[in-house]
Amino acid sequence: MKRLDLIKGAAAAALAAIGLGMPAIAQQGPIKIGMSMPLTGGLAAGGKSSLVGIEVWRDDINAKGGLLGRKVELVVYDDKSSASETPAIYAKLLDVDKVDLLFAPYATVPTAPLMPMVKQRGLLLIGNFSFQVNHTVKHDMWFNNAPWGPADTWPRNFVDLGIKHGAKTIAIIAADQEFAQNLAKIAKGIAAEKNITVVYEQNYPPATVEFSSMVRAIKASKADMVFVMSYPPDSVGLLRAVQEIGVGPSVKIFGGGMVGLQFSNIMESMGSLMNGVVNYNSYLPEKSMDFPGAKAFFEKYQKRAVEAKVDPLGYYLAPFGYAMGQMVEQAAHATKSLDHKTLAAYLRANTIQSIVGPMEFAADGERKVSTTLLAQFRGVVDKNIEQFRQPGKQIILLPEAFKTGDVVVPFEKARQ
Amino acid sequence: MFSFELLLDAVVLGVMLGCFYAAVSIGLSVSFGLLDVPHVAHPAFLVLGAYGAYALNQAGWDPIVAGIVLTPLFYVLGVVAYRVYFETFEKRGSDAGVRGLAFFFGVTFIVEVGIIMVFGVDQRTVQAGYIGKAIDIGDVRIPMRMIAAFGGALALTLALTAYFSLTFSGRAIRAVAQDEIALRLMGANPLKVKQLAFGIATAVVAVAGALLIIVGPVEPTTHRVYIGRTFCVVVLAGLGSMHGTLVAGIVLGVVESIVLTLYGASWAPAISFAMLLVVLAIRPQGMFGR
Repeated sequence: MKRLDLIKGAAAAALAAIGLGMPAIAQQGPIKIGMSMPLTGGLAAGGKSSLVGIEVWRDDINAKGGLLGRKVELVVYDDKSSASETPAIYAKLLDVDKVDLLFAPYATVPTAPLMPMVKQRGLLLIGNFSFQVNHTVKHDMWFNNAPWGPADTWPRNFVDLGIKHGAKTIAIIAADQEFAQNLAKIAKGIAAEKNITVVYEQNYPPATVEFSSMVRAIKASKADMVFVMSYPPDSVGLLRAVQEIGVGPSVKIFGGGMVGLQFSNIMESMGSLMNGVVNYNSYLPEKSMDFPGAKAFFEKYQKRAVEAKVDPLGYYLAPFGYAMGQMVEQAAHATKSLDHKTLAAYLRANTIQSIVGPMEFAADGERKVSTTLLAQFRGVVDKNIEQFRQPGKQIILLPEAFKTGDVVVPFEKARQ
Repeated sequence: MFSFELLLDAVVLGVMLGCFYAAVSIGLSVSFGLLDVPHVAHPAFLVLGAYGAYALNQAGWDPIVAGIVLTPLFYVLGVVAYRVYFETFEKRGSDAGVRGLAFFFGVTFIVEVGIIMVFGVDQRTVQAGYIGKAIDIGDVRIPMRMIAAFGGALALTLALTAYFSLTFSGRAIRAVAQDEIALRLMGANPLKVKQLAFGIATAVVAVAGALLIIVGPVEPTTHRVYIGRTFCVVVLAGLGSMHGTLVAGIVLGVVESIVLTLYGASWAPAISFAMLLVVLAIRPQGMFGR
């Protein structure tokens, strides 16, 4: 019997080596997180900054021993800011690179074509600052890491602020791009709901070079508020034209959705031209937004950003890149799993603590409560990037939880 | 909301904008219009010129002065680019045009990636006393940066027109465009003449690039915005016509500006290119082509 026991023991050991040893080896391999990112093309400034934020999280989690005891590895491809590139890249990430988890690229345009694919394959996708890409697809494993929340909050806050200061008419300018057009449509709906007359409406193509004509038309319309949804080159062109032509004394608030006025190089080059603009933002270095871990993150990020030649301040996107990592980190640690359905169930049911504040997700994968900031540039001087590291240059008007001051109206007075 | 005041504003601004289009197209009018080189890298060179002006502006130079200072460097760049194109494509045969397209597309990507590696992907702007200010002429308020573009375009057109009609080498360039074999029979070397012309076409791009970054911000991919417009201006003008380039630029600028002001910005590019098709249907050689 003893010999038989020995044989049984040896057989058991051999089986253990085969059966248990293999997964043990597999578990020592890295967890691969795949994504495309706009590293060239029009969205590259944001994409690179976002990626540095994600890389800081990767290094932090690896320094702590990894995710579920395994090192984290990022597999990143350049999507050239193009929607046509991303489906093939994500197919490669899944079928060739065999990544464990997926992060979406920065922005709406490259993310939108991925939604049908991830829904069809039943995959968890962590969004990265896209806007309403799940609106029609309705994928239940999509979690957008962005402050937007309910789609109408952002333009509604702007319009309500104008109404509070006596506005009865609105001019709407929007780029001919999905993100801007979605917002413009919502803004028009809110204006109708609040009996605000749209006195000027202009959609412009992305290749528009000169904005003086539009600014002249706004001035002629004598609008009380001007809601602008523009992309970085257009935001610069519009602000220059506003400085040169003027929008007239009727305008109480100007801005809303001007992309680019969150990026350091544009903030530095525009300087005092931004004064008075009431614009959206995601994160600002104000005391009301000093969440645990944020300071340590920015110290690490700002060192790397100089080397990587990306946004040296990084307030707009980079901390949200880090928060994408924190989302999967908290979910994986709590569930001890990398199964997409399990992680998605956790993300839907729990509050995620991150360096951009606590995050809760609604059924559509967007934040339950919007934390999109509406802030007014004030007292900004020219050619000084350091001023933006201090509080007080962008007064947070909304949401109330983060408020640091009241709006100054009319627009021309706020520019002085 | 039609008003004559808005229409007048649109026409004046359109003239300014059109001159700017002419300034960024005039180099292409030489390289493509006169030399028949499918120079699709022209807008990329333009952006390179803009970044050159940006770099010197960071050191305190006025962007227009920076553009002028960069012209010899761009002349050399043009000469080298043409020489490589000639050796690898043009002298090999009749399909040089098609293969040349591939060559210049390649050059475009190299320039774009080179700019990204040196300057990063962020947008760049320049500072100058006249940027962000405007002057009132009657009831019309004109941004001074657009006046800079207007002046730049006039200066470039006058300089090139004078050069091509008054100097020996300028007339040789026009001759090579008309009949290369005849020029060879006269004892001139067409290769050297073309090299000179391509060098000049690229040199003026340095100044045009400076105007580009004065008018608006640039980023490494800005060239994509200008590829259609620059070729449209050159073809509309009639290949190789310098004053035609100025007129075509102004026509395009005024039409775009009026359409944008009175009908909607989305229609502006479509109307411009529709106008090009109409002109070509009536005059296939362009407005000033022979």
